[in-house]
Amino acid sequence: MALTKADMAERLFTKLGLNKGEAKELVESFFEEIRTALQHGEQVKLSGFGNFDLRDKNQRPGRNPKTGQEIPITARRVVTFRPGQKLKARVDTFDGQQEPE
Amino acid sequence: MTKSELIEVLARKQNHLPYKDVEDAVKALLEQMSEALSAGERIEIRGFGSFSLHFRPPRLGRNPKTGDSVPLDGKYVPHFKPGKELRERVNASRGRSSG
Repeated sequence: MALTKADMAERLFTKLGLNKGEAKELVESFFEEIRTALQHGEQVKLSGFGNFDLRDKNQRPGRNPKTGQEIPITARRVVTFRPGQKLKARVDTFDGQQEPE
Repeated sequence: MTKSELIEVLARKQNHLPYKDVEDAVKALLEQMSEALSAGERIEIRGFGSFSLHFRPPRLGRNPKTGDSVPLDGKYVPHFKPGKELRERVNASRGRSSG
């Protein structure tokens, strides 16, 4: 089972006592503000968790995997996530008992 | 934007909530996301993206000081795949501002 916005709102309700409407709105705004910053070309650094960085990619040759036809992959800006030391260390100890989907 | 700047923006917009509540909420959200990943659970946020674990197989590394080879265990690393809306919004801003 994957973690979703509904699970996150539920936690804010049970642990922090926000009402359900506030909790849902806050979770929504949390992701929206990160998207907005990235959209404005701003890196997002969440210490302990990780950084969302932006990279500008040049055009490069690509292929339609079905037809084999060559089509250029246009220049684009992409988001990359670099996990922080703390998150890496916590995940590193995952023993693989519960298979990640 | 840093975590404290994110908290400030959210507190300004959710002005019915005390600053402290917004601060606690942001920390709780990041903690919950870290916990999920540490337990091998995926995170799926539509329009934002998904987080999952990727396995890195065991390999031979090197001690950079001595040059000795050192066996390294396999491990899991967090991976993020941006969702459609995030990809499109970020790409649409290309050229208008630089990262």
